Amino acid sequence: MNPRGLATLFYKEVLRFYKVWLQTLLAPIVTALLYLLVFSHVLEGHVQVYPGIGYTAFLIPGLMMMSVIQNSFANSSSSLIQSKVSGNIIFVLLSPVSYLEFYAAFVAAAIVRGVAVGLGVGLVAVFFVGLPVHSVALLLLFVLLSSAVLGSLGIVAGIWAEKFDQLAGFQNFVVLPLSFLSGVFYSIHSLPPFWQGVSRFNPFFYMIDGFRYGFFGVSDVAPALSLAVLLLALAVLAGLTLLMLKSGYKLRQ
Amino acid sequence: MSAAIAVQAVHKHYRTVHALKGLDLSIERGEFFGLLGPNGAGKSTLINIVAGLTRPSAGSVKVLGHDVVGDYRRARAHVGVVPQELVFDPFFNVRELLRIQAGYFGLGKENEPWLDELLEALQLTPQAHTNMRALSGGMKRRVLIAQALVHKPEVVVLDEPTAGVDVELRQLLWVFIKRLHREGHTIVLTTHYLEEAEALCNRIAIINHGELMALDGKDALLRRVSGARSKLIVTMTEPLMAIPAPLAGKILAHEGLRLELQIEKGSDSIMGILDCLREAGAQVADIKTEEPDLEDVFVELMRRQKSLTPSPLPRGEGESERRDRSA
Repeated sequence: MNPRGLATLFYKEVLRFYKVWLQTLLAPIVTALLYLLVFSHVLEGHVQVYPGIGYTAFLIPGLMMMSVIQNSFANSSSSLIQSKVSGNIIFVLLSPVSYLEFYAAFVAAAIVRGVAVGLGVGLVAVFFVGLPVHSVALLLLFVLLSSAVLGSLGIVAGIWAEKFDQLAGFQNFVVLPLSFLSGVFYSIHSLPPFWQGVSRFNPFFYMIDGFRYGFFGVSDVAPALSLAVLLLALAVLAGLTLLMLKSGYKLRQ
Repeated sequence: MSAAIAVQAVHKHYRTVHALKGLDLSIERGEFFGLLGPNGAGKSTLINIVAGLTRPSAGSVKVLGHDVVGDYRRARAHVGVVPQELVFDPFFNVRELLRIQAGYFGLGKENEPWLDELLEALQLTPQAHTNMRALSGGMKRRVLIAQALVHKPEVVVLDEPTAGVDVELRQLLWVFIKRLHREGHTIVLTTHYLEEAEALCNRIAIINHGELMALDGKDALLRRVSGARSKLIVTMTEPLMAIPAPLAGKILAHEGLRLELQIEKGSDSIMGILDCLREAGAQVADIKTEEPDLEDVFVELMRRQKSLTPSPLPRGEGESERRDRSA
């Protein structure tokens, strides 16, 4: 084991996004709050998704989790593609940091950024409307699992992509649509049966639904099912990422 | 005691390219070893395999007895690699980068005095808190060297460290690399500057097309050519109107008043050549003989390999190699 190597790579990844906090922390918080302002202004009082819960309150957990999803993915994927394109990835590849340590450090840094942005959105949003908390443990569990899943997916995309536009394609055509169509702005029960069925194949739906349950104790599907889906997604993606890292796919020739 | 670097029957295939063809090589501890070869010879592939950046298709490479694949942690802990390209992380300043690099090797605050020493030795102390983007090319090159040395590796591999640097920096790097060697580090240097290898290295391997063409001490390599040939340089008072026919096959270069001829020791006589020039009307002002240098060895080996293997390059390629000081 090389615990200091792992800690250093984690520190470096956190320092990397911290140094450009305006772009990596503040900008996504502001974006999420703009969604909140616009949608809550238009729909508050017109739409009630769950009994006794206003639309703005319903929206906040969705926006928080959407921010977690997008920023966890962005952290690991952008760091990797930048390091690969500029060539400085060799500095960690030359070192005795193992593939497991590499994975752990990148995922941990992705979690930190995801949680920081999600927390930032939540802290500002509660100035607009108070939120109940049904289970802190579930909130933590869902946010950690979700950011770990997206951190892993970011590593996969960052390793696979050879150019910035390939990564942008992955982000714009996979991550962004899946996160928008996951029930951030609506309950899937408001969709026609066909689209409800389709939504159940979207893992991001379970992240948002489970996270929302942590606040309200109400959700579209049972939180146990959401947890199971997230654990399965994490296991599959972690396995795939570790396989790629161990084999040196697109990293070591 | 195990070798600093032991390369055994290493092959590397890149799809259709066979970059290394069963290379065997042993670099002993404390050596100053030169790895030479033309572009595409396989030098960087070999270095990348030693560094763990590339995996061999077959064979094994060991650093101080540790396999670079099976026991990569120990192997990498003993080797420091200065890459050829000027790569850097634009998010950090010099000191941050060195601390991070040391951290990857499991080193923390206890390593700070060594980092200070590195910055001082490479004249980077004033730039310690400067972002990498703001540094000149020469400074970035020195940071790369410092990064390779943060963990005090026994084996230091420098992949063309002086490519594209100015004379002053080259001198600084030479002094620094010599110091590392004096302090007991094994140095492996690849370079395109043959005079650099000649000035620094004790033993030299020349590879081409993924095969070892020569592996010997520097002096023994030079004797391979000097045993048979030397160079005669004649300076005349007036330009020669025409090269005498008996000397036509010996001309290496003819520019203005200067004529360079290749002499076969044992069969050619300097007096005979001068007589031949006088008969052609030349007024000789000065003569000088030169023993072959590493460039001659290199060119001769390339010439021999080309004569054995049909070359895809156009004719005259070898001549341009000969005129250039770089290979």
